[in-house]
Amino acid sequence: MKVLVPVKRVVDYNVRVRPRPDGTGVDTAHAKMSMNPFDEIAMEEAMRLKEGGVVDEVVAVSIGSGDCQDTLRSALAFGADRALLLESDTTDFEPVVISRILAAVVAEEAPDLVIMGKQAIDDDCNQTAQMLAGRLGWGQGTFACRLEVQDGEARVTREVDGGTRTVALSLPAVVSTDLRLNEPRYLKLPNIMKAKKKPLDRRAVAELGVDLTARTRVVAVTAPPERGPGVRVASVEELLDRLKNEAQVI
Amino acid sequence: MPFDVVIVGAGPAGLAAAIRLRQRATEQGEDLSVCVLEKGSEVGAHILSGAIVEPRALDELLPDWREQGAPLNTPARKDRFLWLTRRRAIPLMAPPQMHNKGNYIVSLGNLCRWLARQAEALGVEILPGFPAAEILYDDQGAVRGVATADMGRNPDGSEGLRFEPGVELHARQTLFCEGCHGSLAKQLMTRFDLRRDCDPQTYGLGIKELWEVDSPLHEPGRVVHTVGWPLDNGTYGGSFLYHLDERRVAVGLIVGLDYANPYLSPFEEMQRFKTHPAIRPLFEGGRRIAYGARALVEGGWQSLPRLSFPGGFIAGDSSGFLNVPKIKGTHNAMKSGMTAAEAILDRLRGEAPEGTDADDLRQRLEATWVMRELRRARNIRPAFRRGLWPGITLSAMDTYLLRGRAPWTLHHREDHAQLRPAAVSRPIDYPRPDGRITFDRLASVFLSNTHHEEGQPVHLKLRDATKPTALNLPVYDGPEARYCPAGVYEYVDNGNGGQRLQINAQNCVHCKTCDIKDPGQNIDWCVPQGGDGPNYPDL
Ligand SMILES: Cc1cc2nc3c(=O)[nH]c(=O)nc-3n(C[C@H](O)[C@H](O)[C@H](O)COP(=O)(O)OP(=O)(O)OC[C@H]3O[C@@H](n4cnc5c(N)ncnc54)[C@H](O)[C@@H]3O)c2cc1C
Ligand SMILES: Cc1cc2nc3c(=O)[nH]c(=O)nc-3n(C[C@H](O)[C@H](O)[C@H](O)COP(=O)(O)OP(=O)(O)OC[C@H]3O[C@@H](n4cnc5c(N)ncnc54)[C@H](O)[C@@H]3O)c2cc1C
Ligand code: SF4
Repeated sequence: MKVLVPVKRVVDYNVRVRPRPDGTGVDTAHAKMSMNPFDEIAMEEAMRLKEGGVVDEVVAVSIGSGDCQDTLRSALAFGADRALLLESDTTDFEPVVISRILAAVVAEEAPDLVIMGKQAIDDDCNQTAQMLAGRLGWGQGTFACRLEVQDGEARVTREVDGGTRTVALSLPAVVSTDLRLNEPRYLKLPNIMKAKKKPLDRRAVAELGVDLTARTRVVAVTAPPERGPGVRVASVEELLDRLKNEAQVI
Repeated sequence: MPFDVVIVGAGPAGLAAAIRLRQRATEQGEDLSVCVLEKGSEVGAHILSGAIVEPRALDELLPDWREQGAPLNTPARKDRFLWLTRRRAIPLMAPPQMHNKGNYIVSLGNLCRWLARQAEALGVEILPGFPAAEILYDDQGAVRGVATADMGRNPDGSEGLRFEPGVELHARQTLFCEGCHGSLAKQLMTRFDLRRDCDPQTYGLGIKELWEVDSPLHEPGRVVHTVGWPLDNGTYGGSFLYHLDERRVAVGLIVGLDYANPYLSPFEEMQRFKTHPAIRPLFEGGRRIAYGARALVEGGWQSLPRLSFPGGFIAGDSSGFLNVPKIKGTHNAMKSGMTAAEAILDRLRGEAPEGTDADDLRQRLEATWVMRELRRARNIRPAFRRGLWPGITLSAMDTYLLRGRAPWTLHHREDHAQLRPAAVSRPIDYPRPDGRITFDRLASVFLSNTHHEEGQPVHLKLRDATKPTALNLPVYDGPEARYCPAGVYEYVDNGNGGQRLQINAQNCVHCKTCDIKDPGQNIDWCVPQGGDGPNYPDL
């Protein structure tokens, strides 16, 4: 059985980003970049399936600039068998385009399962997995917090409001990962060294012949409004009074 | 894992050494495996500097750096040197060491990122996210490599669910380039008694911010240094303002860590500095985009320890090559790394066996411009021990009349021994931050992007857990709460009417000040789990 894991290169979650002065996006120059944390969870899950003997091959794929090689090397250090970089000067394809590209990769690679992040922490779309499943006509198990694969079936426990819901999907299928699915391992130094020698294919996205046109346009990116300073109140009465009359929230 | 050479620290010294090693090996057709460990999550993540860089060492190391796109983009143009009083700014003649013609204003972190790419292209293995936590010795007591830090330990030190033990890297030679006050270098100094015939090292703490300004006063290449206010006459220090491209200004204040008043807060002094009437207009309407802090070595020539020991060498600011009157260490750090590379190759080839004169890295450096420059500047920093004006007078004499050839050498004392008891010191009343030009500590630390994974042992180790409340608090009124630029140390209510020291280790920006300044020398800064610490973008 073969698993495909799409991994996205994003600004590291410890880095505080700020909008560019012209409001066209976020200033990412020289910011530390990492693998999208939800994709790390996907990689971890794929490796557990492989280590459990359920899966034979794990392939990581990333779409973006040549720098995404770093992200793919991390995936290889997790234990992926090989990696594929679909190169393009555009690094911010929207989910609909990514899903088209991934569908083309799936057509070539014919995986039994795609495990991917529920969302990327840079644009927070939470669309790619769903769009990919729809495009392929496969079942989807989103927001997975538990995954079992057996007898051509994936049992996915999903995080839903106020609880969980378990669905059974016939393979092939798409699974998107939520935070509680697992805690990704620390990368081992010897594995990082080995990863440098594992196969990493680079191809131009354009070769896939899919439609890369965007359907949306970013109009403005702004920082959240700054919070004003707090005030100290002398008594509960004053607090209630201010909440009622000044803030008008009660 | 075996390597020919393991280098600890991917700063300018370590990277220059790695590049030189591979260059020489390639020239000779030798097979030489070189690996560089870096505690930051990526190269440059923990690098904080001014920085105006003298390209001298880079010219020698990679003469085609311009064609290869090294990020030295802003030539330093105008030098200004100001003496600040509370309200006024009086121009002084910039001493010759402060002239910056031919130098560049850079982000040293970005220069290191570029150097790392050059090193990798030459076949160097660079491993960010892997701090060297332990020195390995062979039966004869010689260094034979290092071990990386364990990952996934619980706060009490036991192994957590995701525990990954550190890895031993065995090396024929190990080079330590951890920068100012390295945690392993500190152990080497003791183990091999490397400081046996030099002065104590003395330090400064540099606090730096990067701003995007909206002021007509911005002028790429402009360089301003100040002395005087807000520091009192007895405290050594000064500020720098370097105007970069893209409307950015690097601003920093350096405070000599031999300061005496335990109430002094370098962080607050830095905030106050920006409010000076001659400084404030530059920042008005601008926004602060980065913050960080790092100690720097100021002892110079007379504080240089021995640099060679069985199995390896120390180079860069871990030994202390910063030229104080120039406030520049990068070129010397690189040159010392390159010279260490030559010494390592001579050892490996048996041309300069351990213990011989030719093997003494310090003697090798004597033949280079590094030592000439340091020797000449040696009396300037200690002259300021008597205060700002005696210091300026003495150093002007030293520079202009004696040209650094004075027949005497002034000496240094240990920074941690200089604090006066709180009872005889004057508390300092710092103004509250306004949220526009001046900020509080936590808002600042936020911009350092520092992160330490929760649930690991505290990496600031107290030798004696009772000392903070037995000595630091009663005698010095808890100075660590003020000198730590990241708000790591906090005295809080212990529930019994007294106070206890709380260590917010997750805020640490790895400046090393506490390890240097703690009056009881009770704090050992150790490396945390791999990749933790600040994530400086352009500092
Ligand atoms: C540690 C952490 C904890 C968080 N906790 C919470 C929380 O509790 N609640 C909350 O609401 N938010 C939380 N967030 C923030 C939240 O995760 C984000 O809102 C979210 O991740 C958003 O998705 P996207 O829709 O942009 O993803 P999409 O853009 O749809 O991408 C999803 C997946 O598509 C694939 N993909 C996308 N682009 C590419 C590419 N170029 N190449 C290859 N593959 C690609 C990847 O597999 C990716 O994971 C947390 C974030 C982090 C880091
Ligand atoms: C505020 C300030 C302003 C300065 N201004 C200037 C200037 O204008 N011009 C100039 O030339 N110089 C300036 N300097 C000095 C200059 O930054 C240093 O001289 C130079 O960085 C020293 O290089 P280094 O390689 O020895 O150490 P560093 O640059 O400190 O690099 C050491 C590296 O080793 C890593 N490391 C440390 N310990 C370990 C470990 N145990 N395991 C793994 N990795 C480790 C660190 O993370 C770091 O990346 C300034 C310094 C400061 C603090
Ligand atoms: S804890 Fe020590 S090393 Fe860390 S930021 Fe504070 S003073 Fe610096």
